Amino acid sequence: MANVFRLRKGLNVNLVGRAKEQTVPLKLSGVYSLVPDDFVGLTPKVAVREGSHVLAGEALFVDKGCPDVGFSSPVSGTVQAILRGERRKVLCVKVKADEHQESVDFGVKDMSQIDGAGVKDALLKAGLFGYIQQLPYAVATRPDTTPKAIFVSALRDKPLQGDFEYELKGQEKDFQTGLTALSKMAKVYLGVGAQQKSSALLDVKDVEVNVFDGPCPAGNVGVQVNHISPINKGEVVWTVEPTAVIFFGRLFNTGKVDLRRIVAVAGSAVKAPHYVEALVGTPLSEILKDNLKTGFNIRVINGNPLTGIVADSNAVLGAHTSEVTAIPEGDDVNEMAGWIMPRFNDFSTSRSYFSWLQGKKEYNLDARIKGGERHIIMSGEYDKVLPMDIYGEYLVKAIISGNIDKQEQLGIYEISPEDFALAEFVDSSKLPLQKIIREGLDILRKENA
Amino acid sequence: MSLRNYLDKIRPNFEKGGKLHAFKSVYDGFDTFLYVPNETSKSGTSIHDAIDSKRIMSMVVIALLPAMLFGMYNIGYQNALAAGKLADATFWGMFLYGFFALLPNILVSYIVGLGIEFAWAQWKGEEIQEGYLVSGILIPLIIPVTTPLWILVLAIAFAVIFTKEIFGGTGMNIFNVALAARAFLFFSYPAKMTGDAIWVAKDSLFGLGYTLPDGFTMATPLGEIAQGVQVNNSLNDMIIGLIPGSVGETSVIAITIGAAILLWTNIASWRTMLSVFLGGTVMGLLFQSTGATSIQWYEHLVLGGFCFGAVFMATDPVTSARTETGKWFFGFFIGAMAIIIRVLNPGYPEGMMLAILFGNMFAPLIDYCVVQSNISKRAKRAK
Repeated sequence: MANVFRLRKGLNVNLVGRAKEQTVPLKLSGVYSLVPDDFVGLTPKVAVREGSHVLAGEALFVDKGCPDVGFSSPVSGTVQAILRGERRKVLCVKVKADEHQESVDFGVKDMSQIDGAGVKDALLKAGLFGYIQQLPYAVATRPDTTPKAIFVSALRDKPLQGDFEYELKGQEKDFQTGLTALSKMAKVYLGVGAQQKSSALLDVKDVEVNVFDGPCPAGNVGVQVNHISPINKGEVVWTVEPTAVIFFGRLFNTGKVDLRRIVAVAGSAVKAPHYVEALVGTPLSEILKDNLKTGFNIRVINGNPLTGIVADSNAVLGAHTSEVTAIPEGDDVNEMAGWIMPRFNDFSTSRSYFSWLQGKKEYNLDARIKGGERHIIMSGEYDKVLPMDIYGEYLVKAIISGNIDKQEQLGIYEISPEDFALAEFVDSSKLPLQKIIREGLDILRKENA
Repeated sequence: MSLRNYLDKIRPNFEKGGKLHAFKSVYDGFDTFLYVPNETSKSGTSIHDAIDSKRIMSMVVIALLPAMLFGMYNIGYQNALAAGKLADATFWGMFLYGFFALLPNILVSYIVGLGIEFAWAQWKGEEIQEGYLVSGILIPLIIPVTTPLWILVLAIAFAVIFTKEIFGGTGMNIFNVALAARAFLFFSYPAKMTGDAIWVAKDSLFGLGYTLPDGFTMATPLGEIAQGVQVNNSLNDMIIGLIPGSVGETSVIAITIGAAILLWTNIASWRTMLSVFLGGTVMGLLFQSTGATSIQWYEHLVLGGFCFGAVFMATDPVTSARTETGKWFFGFFIGAMAIIIRVLNPGYPEGMMLAILFGNMFAPLIDYCVVQSNISKRAKRAK
């Protein structure tokens, strides 16, 4: 029987427009893009030229600091453009897909015949290693780090996130192979939710399964690490998104890089919320085609409303994105005297709003901040939604004031920005906490490098 | 929507280069007061809880209203009682008298305090912070109604500038602003803040109320205890609040309503509130058993500013301890300290103000110890 961790802190935000369990296949789109910014902490160096031809599985760019780590193309086709931004920063590499898709054959691997070094080598060669992330710093990891353990969370519990159990259907074999492969490199912990009962999750081999019973953010891998094996200074754990585990499994079972993922299309601005099967790098405009409501301003998010990135019209499906959501932008709404009105339809953890009368109603929230930025006034707000042994408010203050010793003492190596997403949501002082944490981690990483 | 259109139309005047640019903060203040700002998030979470500091501060002001309204009535009641005309006085007569007696204090408090706040915000180029909405109503409620207005102006200016703005505004101050104003009055103008002559309004206003002789005195129950005089108010009067005292502090019932609002909305910490009463109870029992105080322990809790301080001032999130564990120590310290000052210091019949200011001073230390235990645990783990 798996260990059960009961978490009391946290908050489930119930939003309108959850995806219906029905997958719509997506036709092959014209142009796919791989975005270096999806792999946090990476300085990209483009490995192809405009006009050259690539197969699926060939690297489009590599990590400048560690050229062994490449990032492979999702499709075979012609490199159409390399878009650069300020100071020639690579924004994305666009590949125009061939009609007939071809992949590099890396060879089927027998899991019983391969060791940790072999797995690492195979992932590096196939341009998939960069899908492994790490704590501290919450960045894409490098092959020269030695993880004390590898953590995979199969629980997606943020608002409007897709259900991994649904995504897993038909992929059980690849998922198991992926986990077995990871277990050759270090001990693997799989975190699942209390509601997830499928044997494809609970009966997996070669890993330790732990059940996390509690509200969001129990599914955050960082929260799970904090409860199972907290990180000390100098230690590294690898974290792998469950879909990436399937990518790894496919590589070893078929010898090919296959970046198809089941993506939830959800949110109150979506006409028919459902799942689509799409490749990493598919333009969001294709995924959302004819499926957005009209009549008001809409925000499309590459990810979920808590941690996702606001998408512009050129955005493509992110490498780690398991859902695409659309909600009203809200900048065309003028609400009078909100500070005193009952505001029944506005979600709040505070009972000064009367939404508590309505029980577990689903809310239609827009992207307004609904208040001005202030100094931290209320105490304990962050800690109520941060189920970790960490004083969130003090850590945030240490980051704002740039006190690195204090940050280390307070546990900055254990957190990632997503752990503060709910705190940012409930914060009455409206501070951009995830941004603050990200900047803090980046500075610290530079200092320690 | 015509108001919205009007606000949008005049906005350019307040932008940089506009002729009313000097009032940008004021414009923003009114704009966000009238309409929920429809600015959307650029990074991080795309959705936000509807709570903001305007809502929080408004709720605290609402929670203070019962104490304020009762305070107005009690001003009239004490005046009629002192004049010996209680039988002739009507409820509305007494309430209106109190209303007119207190109104100048409230107006002065808001005009001076918000005036400084607006000017400061404009000077710093920031948004106006809402913190003074609460301080502005607290201050008239924790001083005697007879406090001269010019002194009040000085106290408020001192408190807002020197205990809040120079630290960086709401959220950065160490001491509770309203209590700092009271402390300023208390130490700079003791004759106007302590003694027996200040607790009852003496002048008839607009034909309401009664004019009392200049030499009239009436001590608060705590004042009487300090002088060793028998208190002749019943426990009932103390709980309902028909006793002389600072305007808002007398009625335990009105304060309880406020406490219920603050606790229900989760704005005040129940830990702080409860532990203040625990601290007061323990100290009260201790002094009662040693015979150091002449009244019952529970009378200490209902008299003076104990309840008001516990509910509205100790729970100020900015100046109280910020860790949940720390709140227990912080509250207990304040409750115990208040009774210690009352009983052991003959100079001060009331100890709540000093106890909370003391508590404010020690809150960072308490939090430091709590956070340090987390730090040591992490350091130990690393070995």
